Amino acid sequence: MDAFLHQIFSGLANGCIYGSIALALVMIYQATHHLNFAQGEMATFSTFIAWALIQKGLPYWVAFSVTFGISFAAGLVIQRVILRPVEKAPVLTNVNVFIGLLLIFNACSGWFFDHTVKAFPSPFAQEGLLKTQFFSAHEFGSFLVMLTVLLALYAFFRFTPIGLAMRAAAQNPESARLVGIRVSWMLAVGWGLAAAIGAVAGMMVAPVVFLDPNMMSGILLYGFAAALLGGVDNPWGAVIGGLIVGVLENLLGAYVIGTELKLTVALVLIVGTLTLMPAGLFGKHVVTRV
Amino acid sequence: MSSGLLEVKDLHAAYGATQVLHGIDFGLQGGRITAILGANGAGKTTTLRAICQMVRTSGSALFDGQQLVGRPTEEVVRLGVAHVPDGRGTFTALSVDENLRLGAHVRRDRDRVAQDIEKMYSRFPRLGERRHQQAGTLSGGEQQMLAISRALMLRPKLLLLDEPSFGLAPKIVAEIFRILRSINTDDGVSMLLVEQNAQLALELADRAYLLETGRVALSGSSRDLMADESVRRTYLGV
Amino acid sequence: MSAAPDPSSADRKSRLLWIGLVVVLVAAMVLPFLVKNYRVFQFNLVLVYAIAILGLNILTGFNGQISLGHGAFYAIGAYAAAVLMDRFGMPYWATLPFSGLLCFVLGFLMGFPALRLAGHYLAVATLALALAIPQLLKYKHLENYTGGVQGIVLVKPDPPFTFRFLDQPLNADRWLYFFTLAVTVVMFLLAWNLLRGRVGRALIAIRDHPIAAAVMGINLPAFKSLTFGVSAAFTGVAGALGAVVIAFVSPDSFLLPLSIFLLVGVVVGGLASIPGAFFGAIFIQFVPNIADEMSKSAPQAIYGVLLIILMYLLPTGVMGMVRKLWARWQPGAARLRVNARPGTSVPVSPDLTKESTT
Repeated sequence: MDAFLHQIFSGLANGCIYGSIALALVMIYQATHHLNFAQGEMATFSTFIAWALIQKGLPYWVAFSVTFGISFAAGLVIQRVILRPVEKAPVLTNVNVFIGLLLIFNACSGWFFDHTVKAFPSPFAQEGLLKTQFFSAHEFGSFLVMLTVLLALYAFFRFTPIGLAMRAAAQNPESARLVGIRVSWMLAVGWGLAAAIGAVAGMMVAPVVFLDPNMMSGILLYGFAAALLGGVDNPWGAVIGGLIVGVLENLLGAYVIGTELKLTVALVLIVGTLTLMPAGLFGKHVVTRV
Repeated sequence: MSSGLLEVKDLHAAYGATQVLHGIDFGLQGGRITAILGANGAGKTTTLRAICQMVRTSGSALFDGQQLVGRPTEEVVRLGVAHVPDGRGTFTALSVDENLRLGAHVRRDRDRVAQDIEKMYSRFPRLGERRHQQAGTLSGGEQQMLAISRALMLRPKLLLLDEPSFGLAPKIVAEIFRILRSINTDDGVSMLLVEQNAQLALELADRAYLLETGRVALSGSSRDLMADESVRRTYLGV
Repeated sequence: MSAAPDPSSADRKSRLLWIGLVVVLVAAMVLPFLVKNYRVFQFNLVLVYAIAILGLNILTGFNGQISLGHGAFYAIGAYAAAVLMDRFGMPYWATLPFSGLLCFVLGFLMGFPALRLAGHYLAVATLALALAIPQLLKYKHLENYTGGVQGIVLVKPDPPFTFRFLDQPLNADRWLYFFTLAVTVVMFLLAWNLLRGRVGRALIAIRDHPIAAAVMGINLPAFKSLTFGVSAAFTGVAGALGAVVIAFVSPDSFLLPLSIFLLVGVVVGGLASIPGAFFGAIFIQFVPNIADEMSKSAPQAIYGVLLIILMYLLPTGVMGMVRKLWARWQPGAARLRVNARPGTSVPVSPDLTKESTT
């Protein structure tokens, strides 16, 4: 029974990470109606920057904040410079650009910071306040960080004028322009936020799986699955989807099918769920007149 | 030369390679209502879109002395032009209240905005009842009321209306046009109205322009146009 | 706008097209004797990828169903051919129809859940497929058939006769080139025949206006599943051909990047275009090599940059640009053609403000 509980809690901890990547994906989706395939690689690159700053002697939370800021700015610039030229192009053209970004970031991570696996520090003292019976200090700390991010985002979209404007710009860019919203800038801010959230996720993951250029590949897939399972337009759904995926992965791996096929089976289950509930578990079924 | 609120000269507009407006001239005086009439495909909707710079335009469109041609749509809006597009353009996934708040996006006076929203709800009680409902679930008439209210939230100097009667039952249309008249007389909002229903448009407007394949065919006061033989036969079915 | 098409100019245009194709074909047949062996091998792969990309284009370009999993069908086709050749001694040319048929059935079955999913959801579902297949191929309990992680080594077939042309012998790679070229021609003719009539128009109608298409009597579920099947069959045949050409299959040859690069090829070549598949194949075969030569330390980054630049210059792919230039060169073309070019509005992404129909 203890082992089972341990699998569940460990799954929840992993689920937090998947949830935060899913959150970043949902963010960009809410702002742009695109799924950013380069999200994982951008997060990895941000984490490398944080690592470099810490190596240079910056205290953890200072490096964290600086990385957050740099990632936000980078996301914004990427949207304005690299994605704007193809804003009006077909969706799949945009997908190709995302793939290009993915390759560039992955290659640059390896090029600037080399391919050796690195250790990344956790800001949560191992034997300190946060350690509980079922979670390690870092797992619980990551959970708190993610919860904070989530609440802040929810408040941002729900209660601030700019959050409302971003949602409007994503749903109906033409009508958004007609109320004076600068749609291009809304997209840019959306990208900035997503990049920043991705950086946070990367910094939470790295202490556990160690930092190398391919750190995020598997996690990104689970993140996608989580985002869709929860409903790609629902931030809460993304997080809950992440938790479900985390627990599912652990239980499948430990009790059902072994670690080799657990990714496959997890995804098959998710696809099955989507077949029954096409908008995801918590997605909105928005009705329009034909 | 009368200095009107809106003065359009030699306006051309095109969708890609297809030229739709071939150099039209018209004007609108402050506080008045002008109608643009014509059959399907005459270029009425394109005229409104051209003013808002939503299509490729050339020529001149002076609004309150400012040149609109070449500005991005968001800037045209900030000058005080509100457009109720054909198809309503509501944010269907957002609530009624959120739609109205978005209408006031460029305004800085928060408390006056809240007052204005209440004013919209008292003018359109049906919207007030549904304020937290998803806009996409509203009926056609309610969506039209929402679209007009959202445009008015801007406190615009000029209101552009694209076929407000489209697809609505006569009773609702009458109600909406009555409200448009009161918005014009009480709040002094100037209006440029595009309508296929010439009768309704001529009853509401002071002046009208008749478009045919992208050119102005006829213009005059609405009384004159209503009396015109060819207009009566072709557009009023009399 | 003239009502009747101009018959003489239309005839002239199609005659020019056929002559052009014949010239290209003759050039293609001479080509292998002008270059070294390794280049011939690369050309073989280009032809193989062209068929695979054509298969994906039928589904994604013409029918608007996005698939990130066509690498799976390629892998299944390749493994089917390998197992038939290695364990059952089937001759290489006979394996192609088997792979095609097997993939058709599997693709058709995949079409059913696909009916309920659109856009991003379908993308992830097919992604699951792309990840699942290599893992299954590595699975211990299936090792007897699949050769497990080691894969299956095959023998490259010898040419049935020998001769020399332009001082080069007809060796195994060159023979395979002609074989592959023949298969490519057959597959492309099949696709062209399939897509130019009512079927092609129905696919495009389903892609652009599914509700209207259904209302007009097109049986959406049947069409979409069949399209999945046909698309998978094409890619499966390509996989089988690839197995023959490379003479080796292993699970690691068919990982996720393959599916992604097939999709890249579709977009680079041009959505809903049959000849585009060649340009896409050339891109995904040769640009990685170019990137390797340009940078030893970060070739992937160069590839990414080149891909992005290409998307800026040719957002609708090579054939998209060709079509635009052709249209500008022929103003007011009298003959009405079905607009095969997908609009700039979203063909495959689900607009979640619309009720989920498929």
